Amino acid sequence: MRRFAALIETLDATNKTNKKVEALSLYFQNTPKKDALWAVALLSHRRPSRPVTTTLMRTWAAELAALPEWLFEETYHIVGDLAETIALLIQKEGSGAPPSLSLCIENIIALKPKTEQEKKDYILNQWQNLNHFERFVFNKILTGGFRIGVSQKLMTRALSKAVAIDETILAHRLMGQWSPQTTTFDQLILHPNPEDQISQPYPFFLAHPVEDPFFNKENPQKWHVEHKWDGMRAQLILRKGKHFLWSRGEELITDKFPELEVLKNKLPEGTVIDGELIPFNENIIGNFQELQKRIGRKTVSQKLLKDIPIVLMAYDLLELDGLDLRPLPLSERQEKLTKLCQENCSPNLPLLQSKIYHFSDWEAVRAEREKADEKRSEGLMIKNKEAPYGVGRKKGSWWKWKSDPKNIDAVLTYAMRGHGRRTNLYTDYTFALWHKGALVTFAKAYSGLTDAEIKKLDQFIKQNTLDRFGPVRQVKPALVFEIAFEGIAPSSRHKSGIAVRFPRISRWRHDKKLEDANSLDDLKKLLP
Amino acid sequence: MPLLEFTSKGIYCKQADVYLDPWRGVDKALVSHGHSDHARWGSQHYITQEINVPVLKHRLGSISVSGKKYNETFTINGVQFSFHPAGHVPGSSQIRAEHKGEIWVFTGDYKTQSDGISTEFEPVPCHTFITESTFGLPVFQWENPRQVHEQINQWWAANQAEKTTSLLMGYSLGKVQRLLKHLDPSIGKIFTHGASEHMTQVLRQFIDFPETELITRDTTKKQIEGNLVLAPPAVLGSAWVKKLGVVATGYASGWMAFRGARRRRAVDRAFVLSDHADWKGLLSAIKATGCENVITTHGYTEIFAQYLNEQGWNAKTQKTQYESETEEKALAE
Repeated sequence: MRRFAALIETLDATNKTNKKVEALSLYFQNTPKKDALWAVALLSHRRPSRPVTTTLMRTWAAELAALPEWLFEETYHIVGDLAETIALLIQKEGSGAPPSLSLCIENIIALKPKTEQEKKDYILNQWQNLNHFERFVFNKILTGGFRIGVSQKLMTRALSKAVAIDETILAHRLMGQWSPQTTTFDQLILHPNPEDQISQPYPFFLAHPVEDPFFNKENPQKWHVEHKWDGMRAQLILRKGKHFLWSRGEELITDKFPELEVLKNKLPEGTVIDGELIPFNENIIGNFQELQKRIGRKTVSQKLLKDIPIVLMAYDLLELDGLDLRPLPLSERQEKLTKLCQENCSPNLPLLQSKIYHFSDWEAVRAEREKADEKRSEGLMIKNKEAPYGVGRKKGSWWKWKSDPKNIDAVLTYAMRGHGRRTNLYTDYTFALWHKGALVTFAKAYSGLTDAEIKKLDQFIKQNTLDRFGPVRQVKPALVFEIAFEGIAPSSRHKSGIAVRFPRISRWRHDKKLEDANSLDDLKKLLP
Repeated sequence: MPLLEFTSKGIYCKQADVYLDPWRGVDKALVSHGHSDHARWGSQHYITQEINVPVLKHRLGSISVSGKKYNETFTINGVQFSFHPAGHVPGSSQIRAEHKGEIWVFTGDYKTQSDGISTEFEPVPCHTFITESTFGLPVFQWENPRQVHEQINQWWAANQAEKTTSLLMGYSLGKVQRLLKHLDPSIGKIFTHGASEHMTQVLRQFIDFPETELITRDTTKKQIEGNLVLAPPAVLGSAWVKKLGVVATGYASGWMAFRGARRRRAVDRAFVLSDHADWKGLLSAIKATGCENVITTHGYTEIFAQYLNEQGWNAKTQKTQYESETEEKALAE
């Protein structure tokens, strides 16, 4: 625990990637394997389930610090992070040696079925025995959410350095659902047994937004083009009579999409398909809002299955007959995918193949991109025909060329304090549009302003607060911002009746007055 | 009528017709200390503690200013005024006003910890205490500054071992001198940015500091390498820093207690060192005055006042133009 907390403190204190990799790699080399495996798990967002609610933690911390609860809450809102608030408030520097990381986590796991009093005794004891940063890390393990500027990729690179195993091989070994409770460093990382890993997905290959010089530099004939589907990226695995569906966040989502089970009997064993889950009803591609309804439900009812059927839009084949196809060029993988679909697909199966286009000039590609709305896509994917299937977000062979965003001018009405790096600044904004003489909330946006603009806006918000609700301030409506977004669809869950995808601030309209902002009717005109 | 009232120009004593730390030009201004949000340009005459006189002149140019000793009482139209150590920066004072047996104290900014360069904070009994509350949240609890200074010297020595220059940043008035006072000159030479150097020169007549050398156009990277440079935080990212060669950056501020602030600052090393009272410091200072009324002026004013009310004081908040809601403001200087 001491070593792990020191590692996190070091990682936290530097912006330099090399230093982070170096610190991580040293940690992996010098730490008992059991602890190192837990560190890998925590840094790849695998954490023990929460043994206590944050409400209880807040109550206990307020009690221990002898503060009224309202003061604890205010303080928490300002600090913006519960783990840190508690670490700061309980100012004790523990004297004894803390338990090892693995022991600490085992204790946390064992806590789950215990009584509230037992939980309280344990946690209060830890709070008082750890030093400041250990207390912070301990709370982070309890509450989950380790955002410390270390991506999984960075962690994998450091681990690769420490154990001298190729990074892409390691990335694959670390995929899927595993827990240090059921596996060991040796089994998972050093000497995995392929037989144990029938559910293991391949690391997803991710695209970069296309950059301007690309079109001048590249010959379109070397590239294949397809529409970019607005659904949920997924990997379907069929091995040894079983099927597994993985999300890009490495979550097993097999049970959320029971309609895909039929594919198990239709496609050969040893097949892995990369594609997009999309709503598809009576030959019409649905929108993302519908898919969200499916993702959001804990249990999938028959009615929901019927109302919003889902298909897998396949666009790559990663494994066939148990063989890893990723090193093959895309064109060969595509041939095999097409053959697989032709031989095994019937019209009623929840499997489609994403259509591939070949163009001889970029103008034609641009024209195809204009059809995105009509095709129900969010733009195009441009993929190098010769390229193997890579790991992670590697630049060069997969590009996304999204449709131009839609824009609307909206009024800032509420602001909330940011988290993490932006604690103490108002960085989360709510925007409204005119409707019958009043302002109606339509979207929240977090990004798009420069640091200098954020500071300026923060000052404005603090000086023009009409009301406060915890971390939220109601702001005098005065400032107009251009909000850009990708998709737009009707929604019964939103006050405005409209849901937009990926709203963000495209610019601060200093030139516009409050009354110049757009209306809800203007927004509705953008509905496809 | 209250002895001190809050007006659009600043804190005003009608009986004496003087302002305390006014933010607009007035005839007569009593000034608590030299930071720019308290000592503003444009008044006809300034009265302040004597150490603060050269500081004010350095900041505001040729002004009419008279200096008083700590605890020296002077009377203006029947109101007795005096300056008392606030421990914030050299020459910083609490301003006491007494009229017909009623006593008010305005703190300006203060800290209860000793910093080795400012005259230590002294509690002044009063009825009404006008207090800052920059760090008026229970999460702010400063550790022993000696440990922080030790960390700074260790950091410097470690950088030096890697032939890296240490760029240590802090406020030009107060923080830089406090840092300087506790640097270990046996590790290496101490260079300064102009803003840090000039203010330090002003204070050398009152306080012993280790030697410093101003960085000029002729200073070479080789001369600086492995040594320490003191500068205001505004230099971060500037061309001036690039000329220093490879540097490790360090920043000392109370705001560095927040992880978010540390990360946003993007410095290599953050030191939690403040010239303001922490939560316990504020509470102990208030208690020591024996006051009944508290007015909070800047910082987490409302939260702090609400807590004081629950603890039995008659506390309220007054809006002023003293700046401290965010760390960003403190850095603007």
